Amino acid sequence: MLEKIFLLLCFSSALANQLCKPDASDGYKVRISLKTALGDDAYVWNENEMFFFRSTLAFAMRTHVSGQRFEVSNIVVCNETPRVSFWFVVTQPQNLSQLIDKEHVEEAIRKSRSRINSAFLLTDNTLEFIGIQPTLAAPVEPVTPPWLIVFGVVMGAIAAGIIVYMVSTVVRKKRKKNEKTNGDDTDDETRVKTIESGRAADGVYNLSFADDERL
Amino acid sequence: MRLVLPNPGLDLRILSYDDLARMDKEEASDRPKWDNKAQYILTCVGCCIGIGNVWRFPYLCQSHGGGAFLIPYLILLVLEGMPLLLLEFAIGQRLRKGSVGVWRSISPYLTGIGIASMLVSLLVALYYNTLIAWIMWYFFNSFQSPLPWTQCPLNENGTGFVPECQESSTVDYFFYRVTLNSTASIADSGGIHWPIVVCLVAAWSVICLCYMQGIGTSGKAVYVTAILPYVVLAIFLVRGLTLKGALNGVKFLFTPDVDELLQASTWLDAGAQVFYAFSIAWGGLISFSSYNPVHNNCMQDAVMLTAVTGMTSIFAATVTYTMIGFRATEKYDNCVSQNIMTMINAFDLHEDNITISNYEAAYNRLNSSYPDIVLGLDIKTCDMHTFLSEGVEGTGMAFIVFAEAITKMPGSPFWSVLFFFMLLCLGISSLFCNIEGVVVPLRDLNVFPKKWPQEAVTGTTCFLAFIISLIFAQRSGFYWVTLFDSFAGSIPLLTIGFFELIAVVHVYGIDRLNEDLKFMIGYKPSIFWQITWRFISPVIILVILVFYMVIQAQEELTHLVWDPSSEKFPSLASIPYPAWVSAVIFVLAGVPSLVVPMYTLCRLVFVYCRKKYSVTCVMCY
Repeated sequence: MLEKIFLLLCFSSALANQLCKPDASDGYKVRISLKTALGDDAYVWNENEMFFFRSTLAFAMRTHVSGQRFEVSNIVVCNETPRVSFWFVVTQPQNLSQLIDKEHVEEAIRKSRSRINSAFLLTDNTLEFIGIQPTLAAPVEPVTPPWLIVFGVVMGAIAAGIIVYMVSTVVRKKRKKNEKTNGDDTDDETRVKTIESGRAADGVYNLSFADDERL
Repeated sequence: MRLVLPNPGLDLRILSYDDLARMDKEEASDRPKWDNKAQYILTCVGCCIGIGNVWRFPYLCQSHGGGAFLIPYLILLVLEGMPLLLLEFAIGQRLRKGSVGVWRSISPYLTGIGIASMLVSLLVALYYNTLIAWIMWYFFNSFQSPLPWTQCPLNENGTGFVPECQESSTVDYFFYRVTLNSTASIADSGGIHWPIVVCLVAAWSVICLCYMQGIGTSGKAVYVTAILPYVVLAIFLVRGLTLKGALNGVKFLFTPDVDELLQASTWLDAGAQVFYAFSIAWGGLISFSSYNPVHNNCMQDAVMLTAVTGMTSIFAATVTYTMIGFRATEKYDNCVSQNIMTMINAFDLHEDNITISNYEAAYNRLNSSYPDIVLGLDIKTCDMHTFLSEGVEGTGMAFIVFAEAITKMPGSPFWSVLFFFMLLCLGISSLFCNIEGVVVPLRDLNVFPKKWPQEAVTGTTCFLAFIISLIFAQRSGFYWVTLFDSFAGSIPLLTIGFFELIAVVHVYGIDRLNEDLKFMIGYKPSIFWQITWRFISPVIILVILVFYMVIQAQEELTHLVWDPSSEKFPSLASIPYPAWVSAVIFVLAGVPSLVVPMYTLCRLVFVYCRKKYSVTCVMCY
């Protein structure tokens, strides 16, 4: 009895080894860059992490391939390197010698990509499935462009400034006019002054002659 | 040299010393006045310190021998810039008119100089305000996180980025496509790009508001626009020095290469930079000093302004290159990391195997053992020198290099807002000088009715200038700005500066100027000023002008374009200008330069005809 189980296990692992090899037609290469992603907080990649990885893949397959209960043993891994890269293939739950098609595997991984990434604290760049392009996140675009808001604020401030200025000028002119009607004759803001009659004591300097140089 | 041309009637046209003394006592003058000396100095500082100090001087410094470039720069600052500065201050303060009025007073035949100054100021104001509009766009867009120039838009199926963005970079894409929507050449107009129109409206409104009542309002605004850049530069210096790799940049900037001093182009570029930096020949400085009290010590002002300009240039260059050093170091590290990743992926080595420190050794080891594989890997050469010297001049520096450097700093929206606000202040304070050089001559030439108040004149000028500057709001606007920058802001200024020197020294009379300065500040200018005014400065300007024209005439008229379909993409491709651009260049560079002799000629002819007519008519009676 024990021998039979032993033989079965040897047979299945041998079969699995045959199914999983580099450049397998239905397999994918995975590359993990722990140091790049996590720096000093990087954990060590060991058997337990590999078990975790196989179980997440099994989870992805279960969720997205309907009707089939995948187990950890259905994810076969081979050719591990110190880089932390390896190949994997997915076998069918009922028939361990048959592989799931590339397309189904890809679809499952694509849909669960963010779950797989966050399980390992990694990103699309640091947990690579060679051959499966990650769908990129759309750039953040707020509903109203922020620059319009700032522009509105600045133009509002400028318009307010112009209005305040105009109003203060008008008020100042009105005040001067009131002073004028109270009996003072004062100059207005014309550039060319003329000598005023009747006020000989205060001769106002006549610059118009200096300006006019027509030959 | 006592060669003075006959100039009859000069004393009738200018105020005598008694008039000046009386005006000073009574304070009876219809000209605006500065509220205090600080306003005047700050306005002049704002005039001289512009965007060029941030993005042109550092590039010149670094490309012409680093620290060694400071030698020709400082020498020419003192020999060329300072005398011209004192000249403009002195005649403005003595003759108490704007630029057209001053030259008309010296001799009616020389009014052309004032008109030329006005034209040049107008042309420069047009494209300068477009630069300010672009800076405003970046400023408006800095109030968000993440900054919009850190992201590329996705392509249709969402698997990658838009190819134009993918091949160049996010900052390039944001500048050339999102901001400007550039066409592939100046001939292809492409229609109006409305975000730029919006920013132009904002830019011209700000100038209009600040200059509403001439120096009455701009004198208040200048407290912010002239002082704030220094504060921000100091903040950036502190921040910059704490960034990784900043000292690489500073070292790169100041490493002297004494061989460069023997090149003519170094001295030419230094001379030209001094000339443009001081805003001489725009007419604004003459106007500003005419609002001074008669006995203001303009010689002290000229010396102080020269010193301030020199030191600010060096200060701004240091700050700029800390940021450039930081960016270059980042790029270098990224380049090396990418190469490392490529190699460990190819050979399946552990990540710790190759680090930045043992990269060279590891690369050599792998290359010697597996040369074929390494060759096929597409390892990029990471050269720090290349990263430090790429794209660090002009618009490319502020909108691409600096924008990129800021995105890598923590808290980037804050730094971005601060940086672009500083550039805005630098630009607006220089634009006050420009607008003064346009509005005051327009008033002197009676283009507007005399009874229009200052506000109406300012408003109308700004509105008309906005309409004309819509050329730059086209999709080919970037090429138009470059065109204006190369031609309107170069030869005409040198020509006008040369004519100014000749006019004051030989038509007004250097002796008369010495007497004026003695009256105004109490002592005659020393032998240094005499020699520079009479010989050194005119010779320097003439040499620069001649060399410039020779070089321009020999160069083929080409311009750099952003063309996604060209082979050199993402580098700018160089294509020739269309034929009609020659006419535009003539308007930009030829017309202001030729106005001076043409006006003199026309006036001579006019006076001669009138004399003949009056002579013949005497015989009619």
